[in-house]
Amino acid sequence: MTDITQELTRKNHHPAEWLIEKALFISGIASIVFISLIFLFLFKEGMLTFKSVSPLDLIGKWVYDPYDEKNIFKVMWQSVSEVPKYSIVPLVCGSFLVAFPATVISSVFGIGCGIYLSEIASARVRETLKPTLELLAGIPSVVIGFLMLAVVATFVQDLFHTKFRLNAFVGALGVSLVTFPIIVTLVEEALRAIPKELRDASYALGATKWQTIWKTVVPAAVSGISAAVLLGFGRALGETMIVLMATGNAALVTLDMFSSVRTMTANIAAEMGEVVQGSEHYYVLFLVGAILFTMTFVLNICSEVVINKMRRKLRM
Amino acid sequence: MMNVPVEEKIFHAQKAVPMDKHNSSISIKVKDLNVYYSSVHALKSVTLDIQKKAVTALIGPSGCGKSTFLRTLNRMNDTLPGARIEGSVIIDGVNIYGSEINVVALRRIVGMVFQKSNPFPKTIFDNVAYGPRLQGIKNKSMLEGIVEESLKKSAIWDEVKDRLEKPALELSGGQQQRICIARALAVNPEIVLMDEPASALDPISTAKIEELIHELKKNYTIVIVTHNMQQAARVSDFTGYFYLGLLVEHGETKKIFTTPDKKETEDYITGRFG
Repeated sequence: MTDITQELTRKNHHPAEWLIEKALFISGIASIVFISLIFLFLFKEGMLTFKSVSPLDLIGKWVYDPYDEKNIFKVMWQSVSEVPKYSIVPLVCGSFLVAFPATVISSVFGIGCGIYLSEIASARVRETLKPTLELLAGIPSVVIGFLMLAVVATFVQDLFHTKFRLNAFVGALGVSLVTFPIIVTLVEEALRAIPKELRDASYALGATKWQTIWKTVVPAAVSGISAAVLLGFGRALGETMIVLMATGNAALVTLDMFSSVRTMTANIAAEMGEVVQGSEHYYVLFLVGAILFTMTFVLNICSEVVINKMRRKLRM
Repeated sequence: MMNVPVEEKIFHAQKAVPMDKHNSSISIKVKDLNVYYSSVHALKSVTLDIQKKAVTALIGPSGCGKSTFLRTLNRMNDTLPGARIEGSVIIDGVNIYGSEINVVALRRIVGMVFQKSNPFPKTIFDNVAYGPRLQGIKNKSMLEGIVEESLKKSAIWDEVKDRLEKPALELSGGQQQRICIARALAVNPEIVLMDEPASALDPISTAKIEELIHELKKNYTIVIVTHNMQQAARVSDFTGYFYLGLLVEHGETKKIFTTPDKKETEDYITGRFG
């Protein structure tokens, strides 16, 4: 072998490097592994529901009513009763009745705040506002829940004269405090990703600052803004502690925002602690968890798709 | 940086360059223009008359201030934090740095085309109609007329007339740049500023843009910044050479490229540096 061949075929890899590389790879794919395992576990347990519960039971159940002396189709969640009823309809209603208003409220303010931060605020204002938002994002949800339960609920009842003091709207207000900083951050990111060249082009055509924001920057970032709203919605669906404390936890089938509701998350949190492991009830709770997980998973995928669409559109 | 005596020398030499005396043929009159970015003195006492319906090319090495100068002509430097401008730029007898100037209106008179083609992520039609719509024109047939006329002036109508509703970003780089020119013309400016409009384009697209500039100078005053000296020689009637924030020499292109008054200009033109 000549010197040159020897040099050219020399191995660069040190054994320690190989080891570090592999260790980093494992950390890198850890999230994928964890998600897959959680997904598998939830579905495995959830599917065991159908050993004894028919899929129709998840909507409602024909139950003999001794007062009316006939069978009635009952759409209700009564997990601990002589004839347990596992309709997830009231839980899904509850989740959406909280998550939807929460997303609307936090989107209105969040998009506004994101536009303000990215386009209008001076550097000094931004430096004050951003840490404040992070502070808001850092408040434990149990604290927000307590605040809603103890203070805001009374205020809302006085204002709207609601029948129930704890209701979906109070929960939604609390949850919107959680989703607000998420939406603001994502909206601001989406707006900042719009290249300066586009703003310059707009100014050079005689646009004012407002015209540039409304006709160029915001339309160009609309996919990113939609993604922010979708992610906020996903987060709102998953929020547990605030809704457990502030929504009254009555599993009612209703579309009334001012009615007490029980969300899927609060239901799992409230009942999982007292359920007999391996029982029918136990498996149904896992199934509810699996359904919830699927919903947020789909929402996240959707937001990823719209963000990619924006990147393609802007050729970034 | 340059020491004072040289600066003085150049300043006096610049005064000695004969200028056109007919005021009516002057489109922009720049006097003692100084630009500072925070602590950087980016343009130093530039005085220059830009001729109407002619192409003025600004050349010089990177960072010499030619783009900064161009951007002062439609006050695009206003959007940069920390920029400070002294002196006067007089268009049609009005100092655009005067206290009562409407910057938005100014930019409708002084259009701009950028180095990187920057169409909006909108359709071709919406790109060109952007400016007129800002001015409140909503009438569809009127907008269609403006769009068609602007695209024709920019020599791209034949290539895009069947796909006005397609995204402008689907076009090639050269076509995008001509869309940007059409977009600038759609607001009916008198002056068009071009900041290295062909630097990111292939030779064929560059040739098309240069041909277009030739066509446009019949109706517009054009100021073009370019890195490419051959391009300046090909397209311009007047050339200004910038170096270290100073306008070293300015005059007819023919003269600048054959018998420049200043040694610095000659060195740059002949490629001895820069």
